[in-house]
Amino acid sequence: MEAIVQQFFNLAIMQQALPLILAGLRQTIIICLIVIPLGLAGGLLVALTSLSRLRAARWTAIAAIDFFRSIPPLVLLIFIYAGLPFAGIRPSPLVAVAIAFLLNTSSYYGEIYRAGIESVGLGQWDAARSTGLRGYQTMAYIVLPQAVRNVLPDLVSNTVEVVKLTSIASVVALPELLYSADMARAVTFNSSPIVLAAAIYLVMLWPIVRLISRLERRIAA
Amino acid sequence: MDAWSRFLDTFFKWPVIEHYFPAIMKGVVVTIEIAVAVVITGILLGLALAVVRTFRVRLINATIVVFVDVLRALPPLVLMLLVYFGLPNVGINVPSFAVLWLVLALVLAAFAEEIFWAGILSIPKGQWEAARSTGLGFFGTLAYVVLPQAIRLTVPPLTNRTIAITKNTALGTVIGVGEILNQATTAESFSGNASPLMMGAIAYLILFLPVVVFSRFIETRFAWRRV
Repeated sequence: MEAIVQQFFNLAIMQQALPLILAGLRQTIIICLIVIPLGLAGGLLVALTSLSRLRAARWTAIAAIDFFRSIPPLVLLIFIYAGLPFAGIRPSPLVAVAIAFLLNTSSYYGEIYRAGIESVGLGQWDAARSTGLRGYQTMAYIVLPQAVRNVLPDLVSNTVEVVKLTSIASVVALPELLYSADMARAVTFNSSPIVLAAAIYLVMLWPIVRLISRLERRIAA
Repeated sequence: MDAWSRFLDTFFKWPVIEHYFPAIMKGVVVTIEIAVAVVITGILLGLALAVVRTFRVRLINATIVVFVDVLRALPPLVLMLLVYFGLPNVGINVPSFAVLWLVLALVLAAFAEEIFWAGILSIPKGQWEAARSTGLGFFGTLAYVVLPQAIRLTVPPLTNRTIAITKNTALGTVIGVGEILNQATTAESFSGNASPLMMGAIAYLILFLPVVVFSRFIETRFAWRRV
């Protein structure tokens, strides 16, 4: 018992590692602030393309979605970070992480938006068009607001996945939350810094996970 | 050298591909083994937890909810580093593939429990009452009336979640499990060429693209039935 407390809940070591871990938290938040808004926008673009009237555009978007849903994000990240330099392109860790995560999350967000847009009845389109709204206005003012409301739990849940995803940026030495904690673990030979990082992830994400459960139940009811 | 042949030489260099093909295939086998183990144990444990939750014992249910929430909120890589580096220091040695399997199976169990539970809740109370009134016991009702209907509803979300978690076997490379990504990065640094990374990416596509396309099919099929 004593050994477990020493190894996982050593307050002295946690206190020592705290400044490093908070700096890591800042990096994690920066990645989220880049990837989440761009992913939401990119996903919308992908979804609209996948519902386009042009067959070629539609199939390209769906192929891209399935492609990026098949490749593990870590494989994509390592491919961009370690593979592209062989072709003479040298992205910094942050750029590699941003590109890899964007390709991945845009596909997931895109699939969610698509399901949302398809869940809005065709009568809504007909009614909106008959009031004189144009196609893009109908999409923006009538269909999208209802679509987003219908898939809100999925959008929030995917956003939680994005925040969790940022932890794999540690593999390419981007000093985010997990990387900093793992540094501290390697220096102190003690797992308490990782427990501290886990606690920070929990504080950030647990309320949202609870919220998702409640949102899902409300929609089901 | 023009751009095209430089591209080929970087990502599709034949001698490198030929030399490292067996290594990548070994990785494919490891990935499949761990993926199958994770899917079976994770889904069964998730189903078991959801069934236990129907007994509505307050203390047990609260424990399940906390377990599920924590595993849904923590990144799997954090859990893996915690188990892999933490346990040996308190005298428990777990091989790296077992850590990967354990962590991913627990994470999948958490998500699966939540999905199964939502499925069970969505079955109207009348189904329970009607089944009980025919003389079926609690377990009979659960097994023959409620679960068959509930599980049908859970297939599309469960498929998507299972694919996403199974792809996380790639995280095993961080703790040295010899799966596809691990073999590919090792080969990349030995050969000084990016072709093994391309091979790894293609291996994942071959493994997962059919499943992703199949999940699309499942989704439309089951959506039809629900309307």
